[in-house]
Amino acid sequence: MSNSMDDVANHAQALLIIGSNTTEQHPVFGSMLRQAVLRRGAKLVVADPRRIDITEFATLHLRHQPGTDVALINGLMHIIVQNGWEDKQFIAERTEGFEDFQQVIQEYDPERVSEITGVPVDDLVKAAEILSLNKPMAVMWAMGITQHIVGVRNVMDLANLQMLLGNMGVLGGGVNPLRGQNNVQGACDMGGLPNVYPGYQAVTSAEARQKFEAAWGVPLSDQIGLTVTEMIPAAGEGKVKALYILGEDPVMSDPDTNHIRHCLETCEFIVLQELFPSETSVYADVLLPGVSFAEKSGSFTNTERRVQIVRQAIQPLGEARPDWQITAELARRILQAGPRQAQDAPYASWDYTSTAEIMQEIAALTPIYAGVSHARLEAGERLQWPVKDGRHPGTPILHVGQFSRGKGRFMPIEHVPPAELPDDEYPMLLSTGRVLYHWHGGQMTRRAQGLLAIYSESLIELNPEDAQRLGLNGNRRVRVTSRRGSIVAQAWITDRVPPGMVYANFHFPESPANELTLAALDPVAKIPEYKVCAVKVESAT
Amino acid sequence: MDVKLTINNTPITATPGQTILEVARQNGITIPTLCYHKDLSPVGSCRLCVVEVEKWRGQSAACTTPISEGMVVHTESPAIIQSRRLVLELLLQNYYDAGYAMGDRPQDNEFIHWVEHYRVTAPRQAQPRFAVNSDPNPVVWVDFNKCILCTRCVRACAEVQGRFVWGVAERGHQAQIVAGAGVPMLEARCESCGACVAYCPTGALDNRMSVGLGAADRKVLTTCTYCGVGCQLDLNVKDDVPGGRVFRVTSNPNAPVNGMHLCVKGRYGYDFIHHPDRVLRPRVRRYLLQGLPRPEHDRGEWVEVDWDTALGIAAEKLRQTREQHGPDSIGVLTSAKCLNEENYLMNKFARQVIGTNSIDHCARL
Ligand code: SF4
Ligand code: SF4
Ligand code: FES
Repeated sequence: MSNSMDDVANHAQALLIIGSNTTEQHPVFGSMLRQAVLRRGAKLVVADPRRIDITEFATLHLRHQPGTDVALINGLMHIIVQNGWEDKQFIAERTEGFEDFQQVIQEYDPERVSEITGVPVDDLVKAAEILSLNKPMAVMWAMGITQHIVGVRNVMDLANLQMLLGNMGVLGGGVNPLRGQNNVQGACDMGGLPNVYPGYQAVTSAEARQKFEAAWGVPLSDQIGLTVTEMIPAAGEGKVKALYILGEDPVMSDPDTNHIRHCLETCEFIVLQELFPSETSVYADVLLPGVSFAEKSGSFTNTERRVQIVRQAIQPLGEARPDWQITAELARRILQAGPRQAQDAPYASWDYTSTAEIMQEIAALTPIYAGVSHARLEAGERLQWPVKDGRHPGTPILHVGQFSRGKGRFMPIEHVPPAELPDDEYPMLLSTGRVLYHWHGGQMTRRAQGLLAIYSESLIELNPEDAQRLGLNGNRRVRVTSRRGSIVAQAWITDRVPPGMVYANFHFPESPANELTLAALDPVAKIPEYKVCAVKVESAT
Repeated sequence: MDVKLTINNTPITATPGQTILEVARQNGITIPTLCYHKDLSPVGSCRLCVVEVEKWRGQSAACTTPISEGMVVHTESPAIIQSRRLVLELLLQNYYDAGYAMGDRPQDNEFIHWVEHYRVTAPRQAQPRFAVNSDPNPVVWVDFNKCILCTRCVRACAEVQGRFVWGVAERGHQAQIVAGAGVPMLEARCESCGACVAYCPTGALDNRMSVGLGAADRKVLTTCTYCGVGCQLDLNVKDDVPGGRVFRVTSNPNAPVNGMHLCVKGRYGYDFIHHPDRVLRPRVRRYLLQGLPRPEHDRGEWVEVDWDTALGIAAEKLRQTREQHGPDSIGVLTSAKCLNEENYLMNKFARQVIGTNSIDHCARL
C-alpha cells in the first residue's frame, strides 16, 4: 500500500474498493472502513461482480462483468476528463504521458463502457462524480484485480486514475493493494521472487549482482528465474528436476490441479518443509517438520509495509525446528560438500544464532530495510519501509512530493477480454477466492475447531435464477465442470452472485476449486486468471 | 486555552473538551468505570464513575461530564464511595456465577475487581435468570447471568465490527441483551470476531474454547499468522505441559494496527498449532534409505528418521541434482507464511547455495 490503513480509514473522503472482498479477506481493515462510512460519512464506491458484504455500506455498487476492470476504470476516467474534474496541477507538475493516455480513454465513452461492463451509464457518471469530487480518495484492491491475464494492466490503470485525480502522496489517498498472506509483502521484500534480490534489486542489474556476489562470496546467475506458475509446469516437462518447498501447498493453491499433480508426480525429487501432511506432501520425498508462528521469533511485514515482531510463545513441538534453522543446516551441508563453495565474504556464512542476526544481514544488503533491527522493533518503534538508516523513522506514505522514478507516467491501457469466456458448452462463469472463516488451502483453518464448526464445507455460490433453471429443487448438491476438471459441492443459493456466475473457494480438498481453474497467466506478472473461467453447472444426484 | 481545575486537592491543567474521567486518568487518578471504554462512545449509564463537584447539586458521572474552569472535583469522598457500593450491590444481586472458572478471570473481570475493591457483598444469593451457555455460537460463550447491562457488547459490535448483532430488549427490570430479535448470534449475522467478548467487563461473553481454563501463565504479544493486515495479539500460554501450550488469544490494546480488534481467524484460529496432525519428526521415503531408485508411480512409504539422516539425504540429493543438471534444474518455493528472516534465507539458499534465480512463492495465488 502506498498509504497506511489508519490513514485511509481516518482521512479518505471517498473510497473505491475494486476486486477486494475487504471485510472477509482483510477483516480488521474491512471493519475500519465500515467505521469510516458509519462514523465519518466517507463515500464508498464498491466495484465487484458479487454483492459482497461491504456493498451494504456503499453509496454505490458497480456490478461490472468479471474481467472488465480496465474498461470500467477507463470509462470513469473518460467521464472525469470530460467534466474537467481531473487535477490539472498535479498532472502538469508530477506526471508525464498524459496526451497519449487521453487518446485511449477518449475511446471509452459511457455507452460503450456500459455495454462492455454491464454497468448502467447513470451509475458510471455517479461513480465518477463521487470519486472525483470527494478528495482525497483512496483506492483499495486485492486479487480481484490482479488474478487476471490483464492483472498488471488493471493495476496500472488504477494508478492512472489516482494520478489523474492527484490522489498520490497525500494522506487518505493512494494506491493500496491489500496483500493476502500475512507475510506476502515480506516474502517479496526479501527476494522471494525470480527477478529480484532483497529490496527489489534486479538480478539483471550488473551492479546489484556484483554487490550480492561480494556479500555472499559466489558468482551469481544473471538469468531471471522461473515463477511458481512456470516452475511447476517445468517440473512436469522434466526441466526442473528437484523442488525445495517451504510451507506451500501448490496442489491446493495453483491453477488446474490435475496438471499440477501430474507435474509433481514427474518431478524427481521434492523436499517439503511443512507443519502438516498436505495434498502436496503426497509427492514429497523428504518431509521436514517446520514450526508455526507461535514457535519461533522474527518479523513479518504487513500490507502497509510495516515490519512487526513475531515472538516465540512456546517451544517447538516434538522434534520440529524453526524453519530458518532447517534452511541454514541444508545450506551448510550443501556448501560443505561442494564443489560450489563460497569464498571468504562478509555474508558468505550460514552460522546464524538468531533471526536478529539474520535481520542485520538483511539490513546491510537491503536499502529499504537499512534501518530495521530487532532491537528497534522490540523497543516498540513502528517502522514502515523504506527505513533508510538506524535513525530514520520509516515512511508511512509513499510518493510524497515525488515518485521514485521522478515523474509519474500515465500508461495508455486497452481493455482485453478474459482468456476463457462462457460458451454453449460451458455457459457459466466461475470466479474463485476465499471466505471469511478459512485461509488459503485451509491447512490451518480446517484444523481450527471453531472455524470449522462455523464453516464446515465448501459452498458454491449460485444465483436463485440459475438454481431454478437447473431445476435444483430440494437437491442442493451441484456438479461444476470445466474443461479441466469437475467438482461436486453444496450450493449456496444467493443473489451475492449475479445470474450466470458461480463462485467457489479453494479451502477444502474434497471440492477444490482449482480442479476447475485455468492456468492462463498475465504475461508480465505470471498470475493465473482465477477470477474468470467457463464452467457448466448441473444438479448432482 | 487551557482549563484549570482541582481534583482531590491537586491543581491540574487540562485541555478544553476533555471529560473529568479523561483528565483524571491522564493524571494518574483512578476512577472506577464499567460502562465506559475509551474505544466506545460513552453512555454514562452505570454510574460507577460518579464524582463530586463542589457547588454542583448531586453527583456527576465522570465519564460524560466535561471539565470547566475552576472546577473542584472529589473522586473518593465518603458519599461517593457510598454511591459506588450501592451501584455494585444492585448489580451483584443479579450476578449469578455458576461456578466454572472464567476465561481470563478473576484478574481481568473488571466488575469483580471493583466489587472486591469496595468490599461489597451481595445481600442475598443471586438466582440464575438465564441458561448458562445460552447461545450455540462455536467460539463465543454466552452466560447472561453475569450480564450487568453495561452495553459495551452492543457498542463494540456496532462501533468496532460494524455488525449490529446485539441490542437491548425490554426496559427496566426486564431489560436484557439479545442478538437480533432474540435469535442465535449467527442468525443475527454475527461474524464471530469476538469484539464483544474482548470488551465485556464481566465474563458474560467469553471465549468458548477456553472457558473453564482460567488465567494464562504467560501472555506473549506477537503478530497474527493469517492475513496481511498484520494485527498483533496476545498468545495466552499455559506452562502445564513441557514447552507450554497456546490455549487462548486475547486482544492487546497496544497493538499498532488493530488495537483491541481482531477477526475470527486471528482470535479463534489458533488451535491448529497443537493439532494432532502436526508432523513432529522428519520423514523420508523408504527407497531413499535403501539406496534404491524411486518407484515408478507412488513414491512408496514414509519412514520417520532423525534429523541428521533427513538433512543428509535432502542436501545430498539437491547437490547431486545441481551437479548433474545444473543450478536451474532446481526450483525453490519460499513462503508468504514464514518470517522475513526465513524468506531472506530461502533467497540466499537459491541464489548463493544452488546458483539459480528460480525462487518464488504464492503471492500470485
Ligand atoms: S462476535 Fe463480533 S460480530 Fe458477533 S456479536 Fe460479537 S462483536 Fe458482533
Ligand atoms: S486478526 Fe484477522 S484481520 Fe487481523 S491479521 Fe489476523 S487474519 Fe488479518
Ligand atoms: S462508567 Fe461512567 S457511567 Fe458507567
